[in-house]
Amino acid sequence: MSSTVEGALEKAATTVRKVRPTWPVVLLALAGVILLLALLRVITGADDVASSGTVRAAIRAALPIGLAGLGGLWAERSGVVNIGLEGMMIMGTFGAGWAGYQWGMWAGVAFALLFGALAGGVHAIATVGFGVDHIVSGVAINVIALGAAQYLAGLAFTGHPGGGPTQSPQVTPMSTFDVPGVADAAHSIAEKNWFFVSDLAGIVNGLTSRLTVLTLIGVLLFVLTWWVLWRTTFGLRVRSVGESPAAAESLGVSVYRYKYIAVIISGALAGLAGAYLVQDSTVYREGQTGGRGYIGLAAMIFGNWRPGGLAAGSGLFGYTDALRLRSGGESVHALLLLLAVLLVVFGLALFRKNRRQALVSAGAAVLLVVLFLVTDEIAGDFTGMTPYLTTLLVLALFSQRLRMPKADGQVYRKGSAG
Amino acid sequence: MSEPDLIAVRLTDIGKRFPGVIANDQVNVTVRRGTVHAVVGENGAGKSTLMKILYGVQKPDSGTIEVDGQEMSFHSPSDAIAAGIGMVFQHFMLADNLTVLENVVLGAEKLYGSGDRARTRIRELSSAYGFDVDPDRLVEDLGVGDRQRVEILKVLYRGARTIILDEPTAVLVPQEVDELFENLRGLKAEGLTVLFISHKLDEVLAVADDVTVIRRGRTVTTVDPKHTTARQLAELMVGSELPSPSTETSTVTDVVQLSVRDLSLTDPLGGRDLLTDVSFDIHRGEVLGIAGVEGNGQAELVEAIMGMRKATGTVALGDVDISAWSTARRREAGVGYIPEDRHRHGLLLDAPLWENRMLGHQTQEPNRTGPFVDRRGARNDTDRIVAAYDVRTPSIDTTARALSGGNQQKLIVGREMSGNPVLLIAAHPTRGVDVGAQAAIWDHIKTARREGLAVLLISADLDELIGLSDSIQVMLRGRLVGSVDPQTVTPEQLGSAMTGAGVPA
Amino acid sequence: MTFDPRKAGLTLAAPLLAIVFAVLVTSIVLAAAGDPVGTVWQTIFTQPRPRNVVNIINAASVLYLSALAAAVGFRMNLFNIGVDGQYRIAAFAAAYVAGEAWMPGKLNVLFSILVAVVVGALWAGIAGLLKVTRGVSEVISTIMLNSIATALVAYFLRQVAEKGSNNIHTTTIPASSQLAGFKLVGDAPNAIYTLSVLAVLAGIFYWLLLNRTVFGFNLRATGMSESAAVASGVSVKKMVVVSMLISGGVAGLIGMPLLFGDAYNYGLTFQTGLGFAGIAVALLGRNHPVGIALAALLFAFLNEQSNSLQLKAGVSNDIVNIMQGVIVLSVVIAYEVVRRYNNAAEQRRVAAQLAASRQAEEVPA
Repeated sequence: MSSTVEGALEKAATTVRKVRPTWPVVLLALAGVILLLALLRVITGADDVASSGTVRAAIRAALPIGLAGLGGLWAERSGVVNIGLEGMMIMGTFGAGWAGYQWGMWAGVAFALLFGALAGGVHAIATVGFGVDHIVSGVAINVIALGAAQYLAGLAFTGHPGGGPTQSPQVTPMSTFDVPGVADAAHSIAEKNWFFVSDLAGIVNGLTSRLTVLTLIGVLLFVLTWWVLWRTTFGLRVRSVGESPAAAESLGVSVYRYKYIAVIISGALAGLAGAYLVQDSTVYREGQTGGRGYIGLAAMIFGNWRPGGLAAGSGLFGYTDALRLRSGGESVHALLLLLAVLLVVFGLALFRKNRRQALVSAGAAVLLVVLFLVTDEIAGDFTGMTPYLTTLLVLALFSQRLRMPKADGQVYRKGSAG
Repeated sequence: MSEPDLIAVRLTDIGKRFPGVIANDQVNVTVRRGTVHAVVGENGAGKSTLMKILYGVQKPDSGTIEVDGQEMSFHSPSDAIAAGIGMVFQHFMLADNLTVLENVVLGAEKLYGSGDRARTRIRELSSAYGFDVDPDRLVEDLGVGDRQRVEILKVLYRGARTIILDEPTAVLVPQEVDELFENLRGLKAEGLTVLFISHKLDEVLAVADDVTVIRRGRTVTTVDPKHTTARQLAELMVGSELPSPSTETSTVTDVVQLSVRDLSLTDPLGGRDLLTDVSFDIHRGEVLGIAGVEGNGQAELVEAIMGMRKATGTVALGDVDISAWSTARRREAGVGYIPEDRHRHGLLLDAPLWENRMLGHQTQEPNRTGPFVDRRGARNDTDRIVAAYDVRTPSIDTTARALSGGNQQKLIVGREMSGNPVLLIAAHPTRGVDVGAQAAIWDHIKTARREGLAVLLISADLDELIGLSDSIQVMLRGRLVGSVDPQTVTPEQLGSAMTGAGVPA
Repeated sequence: MTFDPRKAGLTLAAPLLAIVFAVLVTSIVLAAAGDPVGTVWQTIFTQPRPRNVVNIINAASVLYLSALAAAVGFRMNLFNIGVDGQYRIAAFAAAYVAGEAWMPGKLNVLFSILVAVVVGALWAGIAGLLKVTRGVSEVISTIMLNSIATALVAYFLRQVAEKGSNNIHTTTIPASSQLAGFKLVGDAPNAIYTLSVLAVLAGIFYWLLLNRTVFGFNLRATGMSESAAVASGVSVKKMVVVSMLISGGVAGLIGMPLLFGDAYNYGLTFQTGLGFAGIAVALLGRNHPVGIALAALLFAFLNEQSNSLQLKAGVSNDIVNIMQGVIVLSVVIAYEVVRRYNNAAEQRRVAAQLAASRQAEEVPA
């Protein structure tokens, strides 16, 4: 009896895992999230959890993470682990700052792409050409990129107005625009403070106002990546060398070539993520990337090596980061409650299969609720941890569900087919 | 439409060396158009290398390749494909996480794109040859037979006129082999040429029009199967000697050494049952053979008994229930293990031989003193094994990687036989080793059995299984479905039992 | 053990070639940027003065500890990128404990070191546990733990620092627990950290552990082939947790020579970034205790000598970071090439020796 129930549950679990992210599913999930946030706002009184300002800040925080993650996606779909994203992103920020202050932001974007791609090329030569361990090469690239950016920044920016060894002169950012009609309407509804409707409107307003072309390009790149990798011949070949390079080679696909291309694209995207940071803060600054390359990689793993999942992951990290920046302690404090609820749900889902883990997550939920009740807000230093803790937590909960490209991280030598 | 005397492929004086091995040395093969041409030879004779050269995966050091009378130089498989040559590898070259369609069109997208036109073409081919494969399924969901059909589809899709099949029957049950041979005859009837690599002589004689024999990287001769017996072929393959694994008198005692009860295992990823209620006993001095087509749970059974996988049910060694023991503890209790894949599970390829001697026995004499490694003990004992088991190596500081497969395997056997094991689990103990090493390994197992060792033998080589075992259990889809008596059973009977067609009493 | 001079030569050739290559690349960068190439090398390769020698030894001993911490993981393919966070959080804890001076004099030092080891080990252990229980890649988790450590240390530092002071740091260690150091280098005004000894001890411990114990054998076996290690009875999960603990424990030592020999408290100015440098040094030294020592000396030398670049050549000393990065990348490439060459050469050699004996055998047949 109990075994049949368990069997049924297990079957249900496998079907759940195989739910395709079709439009209705995605929209329903989105609505659920907004509803949760609206509830959270009402219960805790933390108004910033779903304001248009938070959404805007979330996008600003999410895009560089997402673009870096997209870089990771390209590399890892071709089977190359890219821990050097951080370094490639640093190269991007330098390129954007250096070209940007002289010839404008678009030139900055171009050079960010170029410098990122260069760093990607080095990673490709080491890992694909020479068969060096991917992590080792990535770490080395991060060291080189950091040193190069510091050295070059000292050369390029010292003595220029507003510039110095650690900072570029001001870069004129791209202008912003609102989506006509939609942004204003949403703004006025958001002001009304209606439950759920205003929350939704706030989010729509956040998504449609004060945009830049670069933001749009960034969002489009997710769609483009999906289309290229899953709908074109080229993408099929890139994925095939990440899944089974031996099979690809046995069919005449040049494994090295596609890995090289994918890793260089990876670098360029990470560079673009750097450019986005420069556009956002209007200067190149040392340490500007702040580990976003790594978080991007984590977001990509969270997203199960798929663009849609990555978008969700980077959105999550962007959101927690935005909350922290905006009203820090209070909003993050409210999040504790949400997290506790999620842990309880997770614990219930696990209860049949793994009691011990279910109990652990229930215990954590209780702790969080206690923490929520006895404190009023979270100290500044702790809110700073939010994105990192979120990353750890999310990976701890979902790592085992994930499926990476089969040959990811493995060194492939030509002639290994058969 | 086929002109039997046109030459499809002519390989002349092909030579290929790898570090440490001469894989091919003056190999000559002439394949007539519209025939099934078999290339036979022992494991390691150089058949696969030859085919990889013909398919452009590897470049020959010397010799020429002619296709349809034109001399060719292949730099990559694309060149071979362009010349109308396709290859189905022994280990399937499929990306599990891609669909059938994606696997088939990969690299040949120019032909019919990668969308609906390609899908239609695959359906056409599939129905023309009775393959019945859905182009939109993920390959990881397919069974072995279907995967092989996808492989053949890949080749047909590219319009190949010469198809190389490398050991295509190794993974098939006899019924599937018959289906495959039906398919091959169909291909031949369409005027295609098939190059068929095998070391199973009955199959070769059943399907081939010409047979070329290769031994130690050289062509011995090409014969007409109509006028050749399996025995003659075998002698051509191995030279003169024909070792036989037959056991002498029974040494089975009535003391149970290993007792397995209701062992069950579910795939942690997919929820599929890998083992179901497996129960058996092995007595001291007994070799129990497990027969079965590969992939029916043998590997899982071995790993469960070794404690490498968690399974339900009980495993008892002598009188002691060891179900909850770790792998290390089981090994310390005297369980020896010759793994199926020596490179993955049996050796540290980049470590010297004496460290490989310790592997799996690092917690036991003579390899340790307290928490420390007993280097002198381990090295001395490695010297002993190298001498006693005839491991051909310049020194015990040589890395395992540098040794040939046979010598690597002899080292493993010597290691697992040391320290007076009470139970030996031998998975394909002579796979991929030369004849000499094979005979030596068989002798060692027989000797140990006489001295009271209990052996669980898993093998795909039915002659080995019948020759060494005191009793044989047949395994099918994770269950033991019956037993046969090795004294009376023939390989043919055993083969049909393995497919579930019925177990002789 | 047979000594193969050809193989040893090749092993040495790789790092030397990498250094030459890095000098070349750096020169090209300098030349392209219009900086004086000759002056830069002249400055870097002048003979260091006694004061600089002491600095180099001190910096090298700290780098050495950091590299050992990373190397323990590397030997079993475990990438502990989190040495940086581990040593900072451990140094903070030790500084706090030492400042509180619950024990007298030198006992206080020993106790604080113990605290550092335990804290470092526990912090690294989180990543180990996450890997074995939840399958989280240690690369990502240790990086996240670095950032979390930064925030935690900042928070606690503010809690324990004296209120109203601009200079935020833990209570300064009492004089009885401060260590004067060794005046070994002639007339240098400064001293070698007493706790540099820790580097030597840790080096010996590392060598013994890896090459002479069964645990070390298991660890290396896991690094060479996880599947073979599992089949041989190694519990990889246990190994992951234990090696992370050891790695973190060694990481805990990194801050100790500085803390007791120079800084005497943990504050905002306490040296950071040692963990990442250690990874590079470990890679350059090929995870070998002697190799790491040489690599640590080289990196410390480059760092120290580059300090005067700005003054003497008008060049930013960041150029050294580029050079170090290039050394690391080219050295791993060189090792890979040499490794493959060696494998092929050994297979050829074995085959040649065996072919001779086989021929001798085949003649009678």
